[in-house]
Amino acid sequence: MSNKKSIVDIPTVNKIARLSRLDIPENSKQSLANDLNNILGFVANLDEVDTSNVEPLASVTGHKLPLRSDIVTDGNIENLVLKNAPESSSGFFVVPKVID
Amino acid sequence: MNENLKLKPGHIQGETGIWEMVIGLEIHAQVSSKSKLFSGASATFGAQANSNVSLVDAAMPGMLPVINEYCVEQAVKTGLALNAQINNISVFDRKNYFYADLPQGYQISQFTQPIVGEGEITIDVDDNNQTTIGIERLHLEQDAGKSLHDQHPTKSYIDLNRTGVALMEIVSKPDIRSPKEAGAYVKKIRSILRYVGSCDGNMEEGSLRADCNVSVRKAGEEFGTRCEIKNLNSIRFINQAIQAEAERQVEILEAGGEINQETRLFDTSSGETRSMRSKEDAHDYRYFPDPDLLPLEFTDSFVQGIKDQLPELPDFVKKRLVNEYGITPYDASILVEEKDFVAFYEQAATGGDGKLTANWMISELFGALKKENLLLSDSPISPETLRELISLITKGTISGKIAKDVFAEMMISRKKPSDIVEEKGLEQVSDDKEILKLIEKVIADNQDKVKDYLSGKDKLFGFFVGQVMKISQGKANPGLVNKILKEKLK
Repeated sequence: MSNKKSIVDIPTVNKIARLSRLDIPENSKQSLANDLNNILGFVANLDEVDTSNVEPLASVTGHKLPLRSDIVTDGNIENLVLKNAPESSSGFFVVPKVID
Repeated sequence: MNENLKLKPGHIQGETGIWEMVIGLEIHAQVSSKSKLFSGASATFGAQANSNVSLVDAAMPGMLPVINEYCVEQAVKTGLALNAQINNISVFDRKNYFYADLPQGYQISQFTQPIVGEGEITIDVDDNNQTTIGIERLHLEQDAGKSLHDQHPTKSYIDLNRTGVALMEIVSKPDIRSPKEAGAYVKKIRSILRYVGSCDGNMEEGSLRADCNVSVRKAGEEFGTRCEIKNLNSIRFINQAIQAEAERQVEILEAGGEINQETRLFDTSSGETRSMRSKEDAHDYRYFPDPDLLPLEFTDSFVQGIKDQLPELPDFVKKRLVNEYGITPYDASILVEEKDFVAFYEQAATGGDGKLTANWMISELFGALKKENLLLSDSPISPETLRELISLITKGTISGKIAKDVFAEMMISRKKPSDIVEEKGLEQVSDDKEILKLIEKVIADNQDKVKDYLSGKDKLFGFFVGQVMKISQGKANPGLVNKILKEKLK
């Protein structure tokens, strides 16, 4: 967010909620919008610092991304994978029909 | 209709003039790894449902992704083969959307900082048409799972075996102008992938699939609004889908309508495209850097090490074939599509007539194999027997016409061409005296025509040649027949 004035309004809350598949009660939308505005406003404080000569920092620990060798070390745990599924059949997850 | 015949490929004749297609391709190529991009589960196809799934792939809470080094190397290798910029620092992002076969609720992909940047490849569209297509980027990402919708009337069945398998998404610039060019582009990418070994390029099994972005415009105008046709898994479907989509857009525009930017599906049975997602915010993926993964960093020497081990690439082999065997660049481009085509060709052409061998291999052998639905590796004709056939032609033992009969026989019986020629007595007659005998017979049988010819009906010459060939059962050497006949009919 590049400026403090960016305002999250009710339509924006509705849109984010829809994209996140969240059902937000009508009477909490305004307070959610206020909270989001406060968060964005807080983060926008960073705009006051000149970072044009600062390298982006991905980690404070100095660790590098670990890599692993291409070896099959996992799998064949269908029972565990399906254990929490509300419904399964012949090794498949079963969900309400979804077709685009 | 006549006007249509004059249309260039990729042009559409509308009511208001000629429209041009603008096409960009996103190719999804499955990396040839044993295990997945971020988990140690097997990446092979065809296993029992959900058996190649780790708790990482199933997105269980607390699981962390760890990247597969081999997949990184394959992406770099492919990028080098695409003459592209290799980015020593790249970042993995979360692409957020909800679907039943995406347990994480996001796909790990690369958005603003891909592992490979801009590059370019050259494609051969036909005999005298070579063009360069820009590459926008190549990035690594996870594949999604598989939904089966036909197992139950109201339920979908989900198999996560494919979830998390490594894909390289190769995005072209909108430089493609016809379905034919799109086909040539996909073929070129596929052969590059196969040469470097980063993907098996198997479209039937889904390890190579393409999304096509299509728009139309009048020549010289700005790009029009594009539609994306998802998940095309054969070059034929890519061709058909682009043509159908471009025609649909022209029809809408000429009726005064507007194109909605949307994702469409190609219905292979009707040959038409149809809208897939209507919600306009379906593309709002809310990308952000994946906090579970640090940036991917490697050194120049890592890249150099991969560069040093790059195999011969199709373009290099193509140049070599043109130089060594004197064949056309287009023929060479067909031969280099697959490594085993090149190996077969070089075995067959060595020490012989390279051009003739290329012609026979491309038009006769490939045609015959296609008809029988055979792969080159199943060919009844081997490089050795093809070489022998070509040498029978160049030595003048048989004519090109007879050679086609011998070839057909070779396809069926797998016999050596010299044996077939001997068994059936097909050897070309190149003996002056014998040919003279045949010519004298034809002249004697056609005295009236000879008179006509000598009085100025030059066109009859062909008739005499034809008669001589006929009574020789096609075995007379046509060059000699011409020469001797000319002398006799003076």
